Amino acid sequence: MSFTFKVNGRDHTVDPVGETRLLDLLRELGYTGVKEGCSSGECGACTVLLDGEPVCSCLIFAHQTSGREVTTIEGVAGDDRLHPIQQAFIDVGAVQCGFCTPGLILTSLALLRCNPDPSEEDVREALSGNLCRCTGYVKIVEAVLEAAKRLKKGGGR
Amino acid sequence: MAVGRPVPRIDAVEKVTGKARFADDVSFPGMLHAKVLRSTRASARILRLDVSAARALEGVEVVITANDIPGENACHVVEDDQPFLADGIVRYHGEAIAVVAARTRAIAEKAVGLIIVEYEDLPGVFHPVEAMKDGAHQVQEDRDNVISHFRVVKGDAAKAMETADIIVEGEYSTNYQEHAYIEPQGATVVPNADGSVTVYATCQCPFYVQTGVAQGLGLPLAKVRVIQTVTGGGFGGKEDYPSLLSGYAGFAALATGRPVKLIYTREEDLQCSSKRHPSVSKFRTGVMKDGTIVAQEVEYILDAGAYVTLTGVVLFRGNAHAIGAYDVANVKVDSYGVLTNRVPCGAYRGFGSPQIIFAGETHMDAIADKLGMDPLELRRKNALGIGKRTMTDHLIEESCGFAECIDEATLSSEWGAKRAEYDAQPLDVRKRRGIGCATIYYGVGLGATGKVLDKSGALVQVHADGSVLVAVGTTDMGQGHKTVMAQFAAEELGIDVGRITVIEVDTALVPDSGPTVASRSTLMSGRAVMDGCRQIRERMAELACKKLGCDEVEFAEGQVTPKGGGEGMAFNALALQCWLELVHLAASGFFRTPATSWDEETGLGELYVTYSWATDIAEVEVDMETGEVTVLSIVAAHDVGRAVNPMAVEGQIEGGAVQGMGYAMMEDLVSENGVILNPGLNDYLVPTTKDAPVITPIIVEHPYPRGPHGAKGIGEPSLMAAPGAVTNAISHAIGARVNDLPVTQERIVRAIKGR
Repeated sequence: MSFTFKVNGRDHTVDPVGETRLLDLLRELGYTGVKEGCSSGECGACTVLLDGEPVCSCLIFAHQTSGREVTTIEGVAGDDRLHPIQQAFIDVGAVQCGFCTPGLILTSLALLRCNPDPSEEDVREALSGNLCRCTGYVKIVEAVLEAAKRLKKGGGR
Repeated sequence: MAVGRPVPRIDAVEKVTGKARFADDVSFPGMLHAKVLRSTRASARILRLDVSAARALEGVEVVITANDIPGENACHVVEDDQPFLADGIVRYHGEAIAVVAARTRAIAEKAVGLIIVEYEDLPGVFHPVEAMKDGAHQVQEDRDNVISHFRVVKGDAAKAMETADIIVEGEYSTNYQEHAYIEPQGATVVPNADGSVTVYATCQCPFYVQTGVAQGLGLPLAKVRVIQTVTGGGFGGKEDYPSLLSGYAGFAALATGRPVKLIYTREEDLQCSSKRHPSVSKFRTGVMKDGTIVAQEVEYILDAGAYVTLTGVVLFRGNAHAIGAYDVANVKVDSYGVLTNRVPCGAYRGFGSPQIIFAGETHMDAIADKLGMDPLELRRKNALGIGKRTMTDHLIEESCGFAECIDEATLSSEWGAKRAEYDAQPLDVRKRRGIGCATIYYGVGLGATGKVLDKSGALVQVHADGSVLVAVGTTDMGQGHKTVMAQFAAEELGIDVGRITVIEVDTALVPDSGPTVASRSTLMSGRAVMDGCRQIRERMAELACKKLGCDEVEFAEGQVTPKGGGEGMAFNALALQCWLELVHLAASGFFRTPATSWDEETGLGELYVTYSWATDIAEVEVDMETGEVTVLSIVAAHDVGRAVNPMAVEGQIEGGAVQGMGYAMMEDLVSENGVILNPGLNDYLVPTTKDAPVITPIIVEHPYPRGPHGAKGIGEPSLMAAPGAVTNAISHAIGARVNDLPVTQERIVRAIKGR
């Protein structure tokens, strides 16, 4: 059954077969920043925001998003500049292989929207569903705290 | 100055915006999707293999079995014993039997389910010690289960043992470790009109893939081009395995004339890709009352799994690190690699040495306990240093920051005060703390037995606008290799890092540069890039001197100026002039390993070109009732020679420490009769943000003269001291030794009860 949903502000009308996962639909639509790491909701690489909430797109059927709004990593940066979270990830060295990075940035975005002044504990709690095998998380946590600081200073959205 | 600065990654923007193209993001018109049928038995004869129903399924383009392989049904790693597809016999659960390629992944999956395999079970052997016994089932019919044996004999350990005040013995074991790179294995193979193929793969070692695919497809090497896709983590796991996987996609691509993509699911990846070898080891050490180690004997056994893959070389490295970073005059080490009917093991960050270093460092604490000596003091007492000789009799003459690593880590962790404080904790409290240490040395590069592979090429091109393209043969799998290469090029040419583009490895652009392993890439490819840049700089300098009317010029800050001062010109302007005046602005850089040596009989020699040194100190809190461990902090001091990019070095130290911590206490791949029971990230647990401790990376710099700007290696050493530091801290907290990895809650509770 065909339905319409929004991705990064843009309407898509689609007609996927019944059991199609949101992950596959998004990748077929060209949003390949959504990554598949485990297919079981454990690694968080496929995280997107569904109506602002971080979800694992491998655990959601595409049709469940009918009439709703999805944000992928492709929708995070502005036209001419990176989001302060993205910039902070670069500046403090929170990116290594980069496969987990889209999911981590989206989870961080959701966190900072509802909690603009998180403690380190808050950040660690919020990101605990996103696995990273490269960094040991030190610089990722640092990046999110740094982004919060920059956003408060008025850098952001 | 580009070298020595925390330059942000040159590929960070595409990674934070989701634009980076990983293996599954590559796509071609008409592309098919492949799926592999795997053995459900660990040791069996295949009586019947019927693929007719799969072939007949609508949407299936081809089904490949061992009979359909155009080249050799063998994937070369060190030997040629491993077939691409099982031919009549399966030797491990998960071994590949057939490959289906179909219009969609779903159809390919369905087709795999339609293939009929009838097995006749054979006896199997699932533990290396069992496999070494007389009469054990032979995993490969035509050879003994013991496939490699290395030894080191220095001095006379047996005789020296008699002079020791005490003798300390211990037995240790370690389980698998799964790399759990977040991007699963995958590749796409595109057949070309001229009969060649192009492979796009997530991999560490494109030249291995080239060799394996050429062998399986029956093509000359020149007809196989491998282009690395942005690689989502490797840690050794993408060293040998991508050759097999690319072969599977290649067979289907050649048979159908269409591009074929094969991406593994996490479950499949966990089940059948290479792992860290499980191990058992025995230590026997003669020590004087003052802590001097006079003799040490080690027996070390690795579980290879069903095929040789990299076991011999993994074992060689473990064998060469069995005594650790200590000056011991009398040494006897015997190491064995043994086949079992389990998943083949391969490379994993540290390559056979983390297992034996964990054991050795645990044993050091057992010795310290016996002597009533501070564990760090015992290590200091026996530490290698300038003028001392390693266990293989290699005289250390340069680049040894070991003492500084120990001192810095001691100071930063407040070792003395904490150790005393935790010693004084009452026994009956619910939560007890402990602090533990481990020290390591690590031979950089492939060493004496791998030296034919220890070379690196680079292609450097300066364009007419002064921008620079660098291609190297070693891969960035996340560690920041591309950025470090850009820093070297920028430094040589005196321009900004932003002017340098470094691309993923393309075997068509650079000569065989060996594998991206052994913490060798900064050193080897760094020198190759510098070589290429210097050739071009010399040619550019010649023209610049003519234009500027001087004898010598300097390249710095984007300018080319006469040495000693005077009017210069912009690098970009000079590049354009060179282009106009037909100056050759490309160069192939090359670097081959400095000399090493090895005596097969005694195991002695100058095995590695240089060594990295490290000391980790971990602090833990243990719940004495549940055995739950919280790692509070890890201080990790590493002598890296020179930190080309301190931010990237810290990233390696932090990531390696957490991976080592996971290995020590969380990561438990359970295998029963050769079947992995938990092939998923829901029950093979790797550390999350909530598990990872505070980490204090300390960079120590004792330059290696033949390294680029003095750099050695950090990729693997970052992991290796952490397991021993964490488990020694746990032992300190609970007042009982833990000798088997992973140190699970159950094992801790058992150790506490057994006190």
